[in-house]
Amino acid sequence: MCLAIPALIKSISGKEAEAEIGGISRRVSLWLTPEAKVGDYVLIHTGYAINVLDQEEALETLQLLEELSEVY
Amino acid sequence: MRFIDEFRRSDLAQKLIARIKQKALSPARFMEFCGGHTVAIFKFGIRQLLPPTIDMLSGPGCPVCVTDNSDLDKAIALAQLPDVIAATFGDMVKVPGSHSSLQKAKAEGADVRIVYSTMDALQIARENPSQSVVFIGIGFETTAPTIAASVLQAEQEKLDNYYVLSLHKLTPPVIKALLDSGEVKLDGIVCPGHVSTIIGSSPWEFVARDYGIACAVSGFEPIDILLSIEMLVSQVEDKAPKVDIAYRRSVRPDGNRRALELMDTVFEPCPARWRGIGPIPDSGLKLRREFERFDAELAFNVDPGPTYEPKGCICGHILRAVKTPMDCELFATLCTPEHPVGPCMVSSEGSCSAHYLYGAAYEP
Amino acid sequence: MSRKILLAHGSGGKLAHDLVEKGFLPAFRNPLLAKLDDSAVFEFKGRLAFTTDSYVVNPIFFRGGDIGKLAVCGTVNDLAMVGAMPLYLSLSFIIEEGLPQSDLEKVVDSARRAADEAGIQIITGDTKVVDRGSADKLFINTAGIGMVAEGVDISGWNAKPGDQVLLSGTIGDHGIAVLSQREGLTFSTELESDCAPLNNLVTEMLRASSQVHCLRDPTRGGLATSLNELARQSKVSIRIVEDKVPVREEVFAACEMLGFDPLYVANEGKLVAIVAAADAEQLLAVMHRNRYGRDAAIIGEVREEHPGRVVLKTKLGASRIIDMLVGDLLPRIC
Repeated sequence: MCLAIPALIKSISGKEAEAEIGGISRRVSLWLTPEAKVGDYVLIHTGYAINVLDQEEALETLQLLEELSEVY
Repeated sequence: MRFIDEFRRSDLAQKLIARIKQKALSPARFMEFCGGHTVAIFKFGIRQLLPPTIDMLSGPGCPVCVTDNSDLDKAIALAQLPDVIAATFGDMVKVPGSHSSLQKAKAEGADVRIVYSTMDALQIARENPSQSVVFIGIGFETTAPTIAASVLQAEQEKLDNYYVLSLHKLTPPVIKALLDSGEVKLDGIVCPGHVSTIIGSSPWEFVARDYGIACAVSGFEPIDILLSIEMLVSQVEDKAPKVDIAYRRSVRPDGNRRALELMDTVFEPCPARWRGIGPIPDSGLKLRREFERFDAELAFNVDPGPTYEPKGCICGHILRAVKTPMDCELFATLCTPEHPVGPCMVSSEGSCSAHYLYGAAYEP
Repeated sequence: MSRKILLAHGSGGKLAHDLVEKGFLPAFRNPLLAKLDDSAVFEFKGRLAFTTDSYVVNPIFFRGGDIGKLAVCGTVNDLAMVGAMPLYLSLSFIIEEGLPQSDLEKVVDSARRAADEAGIQIITGDTKVVDRGSADKLFINTAGIGMVAEGVDISGWNAKPGDQVLLSGTIGDHGIAVLSQREGLTFSTELESDCAPLNNLVTEMLRASSQVHCLRDPTRGGLATSLNELARQSKVSIRIVEDKVPVREEVFAACEMLGFDPLYVANEGKLVAIVAAADAEQLLAVMHRNRYGRDAAIIGEVREEHPGRVVLKTKLGASRIIDMLVGDLLPRIC
């Protein structure tokens, strides 16, 4: 369950933000992520940001996978 | 699109698949708990790419599928009240209750509106002050905090025409109930990534510790799912069950503290009936006393009448992973997405729906 | 003229005549319509193509078009999909009492511009006005007549194993553009409906090749539904490659957010063509030269085994079966 997509916070106004993904934008609620800042990527579920994505962790995971040797 | 494209890369997927094939020497049975994972696995064709030693089972993590008929009937009865606008997520609209569905009720004149967010439901409440907006609250811990936030917001704005029918459920209790039933033998569980974004990965530790079952918390992109399966395979081969996090960019051991606070402020655990499984203590959420005035069940008097379960429907067995859709006599004959008998077929992430739409038969 | 459409506008009296003579006639300007007889009469020789459609889109105005443009393009395209040259259309309005007259004028103007682009004439029509609440602002019904030249045989029954499947451009634009303006699902995007008349594109394709076997415009139900229809009619299987199907980033993002699959989202300015393999590249080049085919691509092929089945090869290399759209696309949380 739980369709949630990563979107970029473009601007914040009170408890709401304008978030953008792939060229579409939507007003989202920051009630669950008051710490979110402009420039953060957040996961949007039913119009609410449920988490701020950890970009470093994302990069690390990808890096780890890149370094996996080709296994035969 | 960032954080999606990178986690769909075919080259990285191939590496993970190769590693899984290399490591998965003994037969293993894994359950993907979450309906969203079932859909992703089918959509990306992941079962096809895994070695034959791995058996994937679908679990009960579909909040629509596990909504008891009596609760559905209640929601429909509320929608049919005059001056009530029922706001609901799209998932619920076609699910058949004992006699009707929200969609059928709408066709017969009930004011049922599909919304993407409780923010939209609040807006409907603001724009229709002389009517009552009842939000049909389904979903697990990913969604419940958003409904909690909407209640707090309604309170702040002194919106007196916003109500919630809380049908929310909690996930660790149902996994425990499933494991305690002894009906299914599992070696590992792909744990729900967005639920865990909220509750953290630590609530799953009891699964590894008390039942010796491997756990990996997974996101919903193919790389996440394959990585989580690779982690499960490693744990099984090493005979060292624990809770791994494959979805590190979103899941931390403690989860989202603010979201948990919101949920705890507005809701408290209560017993809940899970369709096909029965009552499980402390597995549902109800509005706390301080927020009683938002509770649709208290504000409106509805008696939907006796519940009726369709004959031949084995959704319960499918939700408990003791049978698969192919075992059901009604599957693809009397029960199709167009004429669903049970919720597993109607919900877009029900096991039966996924099997029907994405084709149980794969090609080489 | 009064500012809102009243029941009287549909009753055949003075107001109704005013609407036709001051509203529709000047917009659609042609001698057949101007006669204002009960039926339009014209000469004909050859094979006729005849189609009918009704348009009930909500909202009636959306980015990239409106119900008027949709009605004309949709009908023109139905004719084009059998290789017919569209000639004449009928246009019937069912108007909800209270519709602002300016809205009707805008819709009529859009219909006119679409008709001019397609090179067709609107030669007969009707207007009814119903009580408030009996129609969602405006419904339009059309019928279209076209001419099928000798030797042209384009039909869903004609696909052959070995044929290539061509798609004229990005999928899902219309459905998402319309959805973005519905209550409860608002998100903002620059995305426009792809609503367009495709008869000129089809003419160019038929001029370049005599081996266009099938044409279909994937409207409601999307590309997946159209491919399933063709596979069943021709008793073949169709295999497409996910990577080759063009989808705009915004459509993709909106679908991810709402839980849709672009393969099932409606299009109003695209076509699928099943053509002999030998002519595929040439037809692709022809499509690229047309403004409505710039993003055209070869997306798959037709096979003999498993007739009626449509299979998608995913980006990861696995294959899955795609069925027709069942029911409606509903946004989901799970």
